[in-house]
Amino acid sequence: MNRPKTWLLLSILAAWVISRFQGAINPYYYDILITIGINIILGVSLNLVTGYTGQFSLGHAGFMSVGAYASAMVTLSVGAHARGESLIFIGALLVGGLSAALAGLLVGGPSLRLKGDYLAIVTLGFAEIIRVVFENVEAVGAARGLSIPVHTTDFFWTFLSVALTIYVVVFLVHSTYGRGFLTVRDDEVAAEAMGINATKYKVLAFVVAAFFAGIAGGLYAHFKQFIHPEGFGYLRSVDIVVIVILGGMGNTPGVIIAAVLLTILPEGLRALGSWSALPEAIRPLIQNRMILYSLLLIALMLLRPQGLFSTGGRLTKWLKRGKGAAA
Amino acid sequence: MIQFLQQLINGLALGSIYALIALGYTMVYGVLKFINFAHGDIYMVGAFVGLYVTPWVWKVIPPGQDPSKFNWNTTAGGLVVMLISMVVCAVLGILIERLVYRPLRNRPRLTVLITAIGVSIFLENFGQYLFGADPKSFPDILPDRTIDIGDLSIFMNQIVVFVTTIVLLVALRYIVMKTRMGTAMRALSYNTTAASLMGINNDVIIAFTFGLGSALAAAAGILNAINYPSIDPLMGILPGIKAFVAAVLGGIGNLPGAVVGGLLLGVLETMVVGYISPMYRDAIAFAALIFILLFRPNGLFGKIEKEKV
Repeated sequence: MNRPKTWLLLSILAAWVISRFQGAINPYYYDILITIGINIILGVSLNLVTGYTGQFSLGHAGFMSVGAYASAMVTLSVGAHARGESLIFIGALLVGGLSAALAGLLVGGPSLRLKGDYLAIVTLGFAEIIRVVFENVEAVGAARGLSIPVHTTDFFWTFLSVALTIYVVVFLVHSTYGRGFLTVRDDEVAAEAMGINATKYKVLAFVVAAFFAGIAGGLYAHFKQFIHPEGFGYLRSVDIVVIVILGGMGNTPGVIIAAVLLTILPEGLRALGSWSALPEAIRPLIQNRMILYSLLLIALMLLRPQGLFSTGGRLTKWLKRGKGAAA
Repeated sequence: MIQFLQQLINGLALGSIYALIALGYTMVYGVLKFINFAHGDIYMVGAFVGLYVTPWVWKVIPPGQDPSKFNWNTTAGGLVVMLISMVVCAVLGILIERLVYRPLRNRPRLTVLITAIGVSIFLENFGQYLFGADPKSFPDILPDRTIDIGDLSIFMNQIVVFVTTIVLLVALRYIVMKTRMGTAMRALSYNTTAASLMGINNDVIIAFTFGLGSALAAAAGILNAINYPSIDPLMGILPGIKAFVAAVLGGIGNLPGAVVGGLLLGVLETMVVGYISPMYRDAIAFAALIFILLFRPNGLFGKIEKEKV
């Protein structure tokens, strides 16, 4: 990973090449692939806040919903044009991301003065308030939900966004800002004593994460073509938190693997749950993925709080030594 | 004016439920300094235990035929149902503490918080598996009647809620202030290390605190189910979070504060529903929480704690 820009360009190129053949992919697998992409964006962006900066947020789905609604409103107001469709879509995604970032600034500014449990509850509260507002505003369909007539999200746009998200997050973490994030996570008081403005770093991480959650929301809206406030509730936020914790807080490759696994897992469980060799009583137990998720969360916290895919830096050290770049 | 008084009574009845749940949050926070996210789901389990236990209790104590008339048997049966539910939930609370929270005692607070969220999601979804996801109707375990005072109508159930809450609060106050267990609890919340140096067994006291808090949550679950007889496995999420807001409102760790916070939030919510719009019912608690945390983070009665390094 010595040349991040090369990697970025290569992955965008790969996404473009694969998207040329997306018609050949089985629609069911295609659906899962796009969902994986959206979940990677959500997980990696939340990891910036929770993993690298140490601020536990339970409201990531709220920012996703802001992005979904804002981008949907752009598409709906511009209308469907065959020409310039991509441009409109980029515009819609950016508006979605920026609206979510603005929401992140408004929420993060005051609430990031709080710590730990309080922050978790306040972010949860803000996300719920956002949901209640969307449920009551007639212009966005209120409790009926909102339909988006175009289906512009495809393989290329999704994985272009995935590549950009990973690039920006990794780049930020390895920059001077990244040192700030890690310092704030490791010891806020010490960070303040060293002259680091902890609030500034926390809000920055929050706003960047909200921006990408908004992009993910925009992709989601233009993929499912229907959004509903209920879909961005507390449980959606918990889903994203599970991705981050399973992958390992502050471990971007781990979070990517976790996003892939946790998107495939419910499908696998559904297949397993309808397997006739299993006793009738156990099947619904397997099909309810949340039971498994919750047990996974508890077991991970008890046995392996650093996440499933964290090697404790051993792999990273080994890679660095191999390249002879031990700093 | 009549409408205002009516809303006030409804608000206080709702607030009593919040107060009972909030006490559990505040007590656990007092001894362990963490938010037991799963507390709201204990309240749900309390209601379901009541639902399943009622037919058995009615076999032993047959209820009165006419549910609108006062009947000693019905009342006694209702109390027995509530007591059983409180005991079951106390055991469940102690069990959760023993199995999940105790091994994490000295871990970072984030770890414990995530675990508590895990326990909460587990209870909700295992509840859906065990009880079914559809709402169940709760039996009339107490005689139901409306008492009219002038234009004001008070439900018998609301009086039951008030009386039970007051009895439970007095009992709790006695336990916390007068018994050895309560003294140990207060010592523990003041200084954990010093308390264990004085020969207090921390594990026993923490288990006792969880049991006590869970029993109160179970009572709240039954009382709420009497008033709104439709229960489902996800019913604990919102009251749980709102009760937490109530605990923060009164100053977390402060028992009378939790009660005042609960009553205040109940009245506030009912007033918003009655005078502004029922659509914003669930947003008002969060708005209150954000407001309180920004302007008075230690709550109405909380003491200010300086962060020491």
